[in-house]
Amino acid sequence: MTALAGMLRRERRPGDLVFATAFMAFSLATLVLLPVQTTWVANTVLFAQPAFWPAVGVVMMVGFGAVHLMSSLVSARQEGRGAEVVYWLRSLEFVAWFLCYVWLVPVIGYLPATMLFAVLLTRRLGYRSAKSVFWAAAFGFAVVAVFKAGLQVKVPAGALYAYLPESIRTFMMVNF
Amino acid sequence: METLLSGLDMLMSLDVLVALLIGSIGGVIIGAIPGVGPAVAIAILLPATFALPPLVGLVMLLGIYGSSMFGGSLPAVLINTPGTAVNALTTYDGYPMTQRGEAAKALGLAYGASFFSGILSILALIVLSPVLAKIAPMFGAREIFLAALLGIVLVIVAHRGQVAAAGMMAGFGILLQSIGMEPVKYTMRFTFGQGWLTSGLDLIVVVLGLFAISQALALLVDSESAPDAAPIKGHVGQEMLGVLRHKKIAARGSFFGVLMGMIPGVGEFTAQFMSYTFAQKSSRHPELFGKGSEEGLVASESANNAVPAAAMIPLLALGIPGEALTAMMLSVFYVHNVVPGPALFQDRMDFIYALYIALLALNVIVILFMLVSSNWLIRLIRIPTRFLGMMVLILSFVGVYSLRNSVVDCAIASGFGVLGLVLKRLNLPSVPIILGMVLGGIMEVKLRAAMARVDSPLDFVNRPIAAMLALAILGVLVSHILSELRAKRA
Repeated sequence: MTALAGMLRRERRPGDLVFATAFMAFSLATLVLLPVQTTWVANTVLFAQPAFWPAVGVVMMVGFGAVHLMSSLVSARQEGRGAEVVYWLRSLEFVAWFLCYVWLVPVIGYLPATMLFAVLLTRRLGYRSAKSVFWAAAFGFAVVAVFKAGLQVKVPAGALYAYLPESIRTFMMVNF
Repeated sequence: METLLSGLDMLMSLDVLVALLIGSIGGVIIGAIPGVGPAVAIAILLPATFALPPLVGLVMLLGIYGSSMFGGSLPAVLINTPGTAVNALTTYDGYPMTQRGEAAKALGLAYGASFFSGILSILALIVLSPVLAKIAPMFGAREIFLAALLGIVLVIVAHRGQVAAAGMMAGFGILLQSIGMEPVKYTMRFTFGQGWLTSGLDLIVVVLGLFAISQALALLVDSESAPDAAPIKGHVGQEMLGVLRHKKIAARGSFFGVLMGMIPGVGEFTAQFMSYTFAQKSSRHPELFGKGSEEGLVASESANNAVPAAAMIPLLALGIPGEALTAMMLSVFYVHNVVPGPALFQDRMDFIYALYIALLALNVIVILFMLVSSNWLIRLIRIPTRFLGMMVLILSFVGVYSLRNSVVDCAIASGFGVLGLVLKRLNLPSVPIILGMVLGGIMEVKLRAAMARVDSPLDFVNRPIAAMLALAILGVLVSHILSELRAKRA
């Protein structure tokens, strides 16, 4: 038993056990759901079964995940688990910012949404000088100009563009 | 010779040349900014290249892939921070040289070694390509399945000390690729009755989340830092010639780079490590390694820059990507209905040569650009990190949203962004997820096709290449287990 623990011991960072446990729980949940979320087709060989490859993935997740969890349990713990989890959760604020931006683009248009997002997020990050705000807005404009006007990537025109004067409406819809 | 000229002719169009220029210079700039890296840039640009012809799109992405390591050596040498992950070993000897006031010499050697190995590796591959064209048709469904399986095994065992984590992430990738309606029996897999899951998870959404959004989140959440670097004094161009004093080390580094680049799942890190260790063992002054050794710097930079050309081999010849960057490039092929694999080497050798010549040209463009712009590039190193996070987040939007204007895709990518951030913080690998997704899909299709033609399991390996691949898989597993046991006993 001690020899096995010695083999599994590794360098472990704060939060490792939380992740290993969560991943194991997720893997076991997919294992339980496997018969429900896949189909077993009669008169079909094993490797051609629709369930075969999801099962390969799940078995690898459960098997390797169990070894990873055990190695986390037997390795020396480092202080700072709570702080690390808080760090992960802090990233959700920026996910929310990102999703607001995504929601805003088809409403007010790609160019206004990008420039607004760049400026507001820059201020949120603590850059308050006029120079920082200018560079944020310029960056927003440059991205839209390169990707939408230049490379013509597929981003829908903003609903607000419909209220623009006819002379510039089409130009804005096509390029910005 | 005729095919080579035909390949050259394919490159001689304005759009390809512009793409080459943008890719090469863009790659250097991206490589020079610590915290961005080629994976983020390629992931963001990927959807934009779908509208371009295949050669134009691929040349642009290849430009970024091949030139980012050149740019990455700049912050590695000047501020002890690798621009891309594969420049980490460069800091060992490059930064001590800068501290001694030899920044121009260190950069000259780094650029020289990268250029030397870049050219040497491409020339070697141009010579090798006719041989590969003869071998490639011997790969049928079972051989490609076994090669993909070997790739998965190598990706897992290459993560020393993290094999279990790499294995579970590869398994997770295989599960992810199976989500949605499967194309043979038309049954649903892990869709939970949700319509938006029917078509499965898009690889690019996952890639953008794991690489670009996670990097943006890490930069945004971390505390502020604005690295500083003093301007370079001296003639970097003249110092480049210094690599000729270490041409044996550079040639050996190139050899390791080509060899490791061709094996799926191994790549730059192993090549660099082998090149560096070998150079140290054979040096008259091994004690200087890690303290500003010219030989160490040349060994490290020559190995990593030889990999991109070689990494294209399994991708082009077998349709099997060896790491995340070539996995992303595979989707460009698929979008344009160009199926990489044995037939490509047999029928479109001019296309392959066009890519190699593009790689040759990019090395020349990059070195010229680096020589005139190194002092200007230092300004980019000084961009505050949280501001950079904002920039990466805005660019990530283009990549995800332009795929199919889907808010759901953006939400999924954000979810993978958080997962990528957690993996980064825990120092756990995320690349096996991508390779699991790509190679899992290949294995599913090829195994089904191969098993239809065999009666017993032994028939599966009754062809020479299949047998060799099966033995290689066994050999890798046995040698890994033995080396782990040996290490634990020691």
